[in-house]
Order: sequence, then C-alpha cells, then structure tokens
Amino acid sequence: MIPALVEHLIQAAYLLATGLFVLSLKWLSHPSTARRGVFAGVFGMGAAIVGTLLFPEIVDYTWILVAFVIGTIIGVPLSRVPLTAVPQRTALSHAFGGLAVGLVGTAKYILWLHQPGELTRFRVVAIVLEVLLGFLTFTGSLMAAGKLQEILPTRPITYRNQNLVSLLLLAIALIAGGLLVRDPTAWQFFPVIVVLSLLFGVMLVLPIGGADMPTVISLLNGYAGLAAVAMGFVLENKLLITAGALDGSSGVILSIIMCKAMNRSFTNVLFGAFGQVQTAAAAGEQGTYKGATPEDAALILESAAKVVIVPGYGMAVSQAQHRVREIYDLLTQKGVDVKFAIHPVAGRMPGHMNVLLAEADVPYDRLVEMDEINSDMPQVDVVLVIGANDVVNPAARSDQNSPIYGMPIIDADKAKACLAIKRSKNPGFAGIDNQLYFLDNTLMVFGDAKQVCQGIVGALKGEGGGMH
Amino acid sequence: MNAVDLWSMLFVFMLATFLGFEVIRNVSRLLHTPLMSLTNAISAIAVVGSILLAGERHDPLTTVLGTIAVAASMTNIVSGFLITDRMLKMFKKKESPRTGRAEQKP
Repeated sequence: MIPALVEHLIQAAYLLATGLFVLSLKWLSHPSTARRGVFAGVFGMGAAIVGTLLFPEIVDYTWILVAFVIGTIIGVPLSRVPLTAVPQRTALSHAFGGLAVGLVGTAKYILWLHQPGELTRFRVVAIVLEVLLGFLTFTGSLMAAGKLQEILPTRPITYRNQNLVSLLLLAIALIAGGLLVRDPTAWQFFPVIVVLSLLFGVMLVLPIGGADMPTVISLLNGYAGLAAVAMGFVLENKLLITAGALDGSSGVILSIIMCKAMNRSFTNVLFGAFGQVQTAAAAGEQGTYKGATPEDAALILESAAKVVIVPGYGMAVSQAQHRVREIYDLLTQKGVDVKFAIHPVAGRMPGHMNVLLAEADVPYDRLVEMDEINSDMPQVDVVLVIGANDVVNPAARSDQNSPIYGMPIIDADKAKACLAIKRSKNPGFAGIDNQLYFLDNTLMVFGDAKQVCQGIVGALKGEGGGMH
Repeated sequence: MNAVDLWSMLFVFMLATFLGFEVIRNVSRLLHTPLMSLTNAISAIAVVGSILLAGERHDPLTTVLGTIAVAASMTNIVSGFLITDRMLKMFKKKESPRTGRAEQKP
C-alpha cells in the first residue's frame, strides 16, 4: 500500500511540474508577467526533483548530492557572465544538456544489455535517437560556444565535398542505428553511433559563420529539446516528453523566425557555406564616403525631431550600450523622440540587442521591431546606425546579385538623413559592400562604437549650455 | 511496455508540441534571449533520468555516467533560471525612478 502511495505522489509531482512549466512559458509572453514565469519554472523543477528523489529504487543519495553541489558550483558563475557573453553561455548550456541526455542513453543501453528482455525494439529506436541527438548537440554546441567566445575561428571553415562528408557521417550513424535495432545485442554498433554523432556535431557547425549564429543556436536549442523527448520515450516518462517538446518547439519557432529574417532556408544556413559566396560579390565598384566627426553627429542629432537608433553586433563588441543609453537620455531631455529599431538577427542570438539595451536601462517600450518601424522611416529625421551593417544594406531590396538579396532590412536609407558608426572602412562581416554608406544623405563616423558614442555624449552635454 | 503506453506517450508528445507552438508563438520578440535560457533550464528536466541512474547503484560505470549527467543538468537548472531572472529584472517600461527624482528637484 505504501509503495502505491509513493507512486501516486511521484506522478502527482510530475503532473504539477508539467503544469508549472506550461504556465512558466505562458507568463514569459510579456515583460510584466515574465518574472513570475521564472518562479513557476523553478517550482516546477523543484517538484520534479523532489518527486524523483522519492523513487524507492534510489538506494544511495551520495553521488546525487555530490553532483548537485558540482552543478551549483559551475552554474552560479555561469549565470553571472556579462550580457555580451550570453550567446556563448547559452551554447554552453545546450552542450551540457546534450551531454546529460547522451550519457543517460548510453548508461541505459549498457544496463539493459545485461538484462535480457529489457532491450525491446522500441526502446532501442528511442535510445539510438536519444544518443544521436544528445551527442551531436553536445559537440555542435561546444563548437558554437568556441566560435562565439572566439577561441575557434569565427569565419566559416570549409573544404571540398564538406556537405557530402557530413551527410555520409550521419548516414553511417543511422545505418549503425538500424543494425542495432535489428539486433539489440550487437553492442559493437553502439560506440560507432556515439563517435559518429560526436563527429557530426562538429562537422555541422564547422562551416557556420558568426552572422548565422542566431539560427544555429536556435536549432541546437531545438535539438536539445528533442533529445530530452527521446529520453522521455526511453524512460517512459511523460514529464520529460512534455518539457522536451516545449523546448523543442521553442527552438523550432526561433529558428524559423531567424531564417525568415534572413530570407534563407534551414538547408541553406546549414549547408550553404555563407562565407564562400560573398567574396566574389564584394568586388563591386567603390563609391565615396562622406565622413563626419562625433561633434557633427551630435549637432545633427539634436536638431532632429525624430531619431531612430539601429544597433548591431558592433555595439555589443565594443560594449557601447551604456553610452548609447546616455545619447538616448540626452536627446530625450532635449525633446527629441528617440526609438530603437531591432532587427531579428542583429547580434549573435535571438533577442540579443534587447537584452543589452535593457541592461543599459533603455525602457523596453522604446525598442521597436523591424516591421513596425519601417513604415515610419520616411518621417524619421536621422537614423543612427551603430555597428550594424547587413541589416541596413539596401542591396537586400534592390540588387538581385547580392548574396543577401531578399533579406528583410531596416530601411535606414529611407530616412531623411543617416549617420553610420563603423569600426573601419572594410566591408562588414559578410564581406558585402553596403550601398547605404555611399548615399548622399549618409554621413560616416569611423571609429570604435564606444569611443564615438562617448564623443557624441560629450558634444551633446557641451551644447546643452545651461544644463550644467 | 504495451501498445497503449506507447500510444499514450505519442499523444502526450503531440499535444505538448502543439501547446508549445501556441504558447511560444506569443512570446514577445523582446524576450527571445530570456526565452532561450528559460527553455534551456526547463529542458534540464533530463535531471530526472540522471538522478535515477546515479542513485540506483547498479555498477560503477552507470553511477559515474549518471553522476556526470546530474551535474551537467544541475548546472543548466541553476544557471538557466538565475540568468533568466537576472535578464528579466532589467526590462523596465519607463525610467521612472531616475527621471522621476530629477523632476522633483526644485
């Protein structure tokens, strides 16, 4: 009777956790309720862990406690990274998630191999999928984290027949999986699947450049979720299936949004080797720039009525977000209407710019999505582009030969004037010349984003006169 | 496992996927970074399976694998929830504390 009661308690805890996870994501839909969502998630996870610890099969709590302590020791510092490092932190956690799932799958296979009758066909199918998804997420995410942290080269690494080699690896892994399903005791296929999944993860991310990172991180997020679903099927645990499916659908939705924002397909991102195409197109004709100083920029900005700031990865790299907020503050005090235009793929992960600007205390109702701001563009006096390039390149609308043709952009060129802060005269990340810089009403301010913004802030303060 | 169990798991999977799509589609684009760190923490629910492996004491190998898996999942749970909350605290609608105080000065 007691064991039956415990079983009910465990399942009730899992049911509670499932409900709380759904609420958690529902509350995340709006900034005003979002923090409640985190608490729901924490309580859900707490219920799930307590429920699991009740299992009568657990006879030894030592290692569980040791692992809890280790996880907390690693986890707390990982949550305190600077917000510019959030993309690599996210990639690293996808790697941890993939590793955990892969290891559980491996351990389950080893256990069941010694218990006749446990390795049913269905279980082997689920284990193969679990191990495959888990380990490819593990190495793929480690590669992504390495590239984002710039431990690995951020440029796409490509070689001849790359896609063929990658697909061949995957095909062999799937064939080995098929053979294992046919004969679950043929254990020698198991290490083959593990090694090939690890390799495939590396190969998958090797040709991906920095500009495609938002898509790849989203995709890996989805894989991590699906891996948890596969684990749920192995362990016959509906909580795992639900939580994994929620994570998986978030990854898929974000990937679709990212792909749409670049007008590219999944296969194009994964197998397109973005870096290769551009070099040819970059050799177009050169125009002439019109340069300006930060002081000129300040003058132009304060005489405007409507200003739109377009931030990009350059702002994150030089940590300029706090200076940008000062510009926002000073202009707002002078009665200028300032908004921020956020392109979905600006930065290195979905929503990256929003978090950085929120950190710098920019109110979130000033952050406007691309589709919303574009209709207002002709009425905008000055657009200030800070470290963004491809997302404001008008070639995406007009030049059919451009590699980014068809990508939705922020129409900075339609504003009455444009100021662009840019580190150097080299073409941007994708190696494409930006026609925006050569337009008559565009002024270029060359230099590090943070220093230029500092200069603009200084000039704005100086012009204020009676403000001191 | 009998056929009904398999089908009920597939039911759960299908319904959870549709529910996930509906709920996550409504998440504001502002919050896509916190969304990813939150789902990341939630998918660390793999801790459930890892705990059982680490605690059932079958043989040293599975205990080691289970322990590593628990540690990896716990890392995601702790860092995922903490950083999500840290980011969400930053999203404010108006700078009322700062400008508010400035305006009150005579």
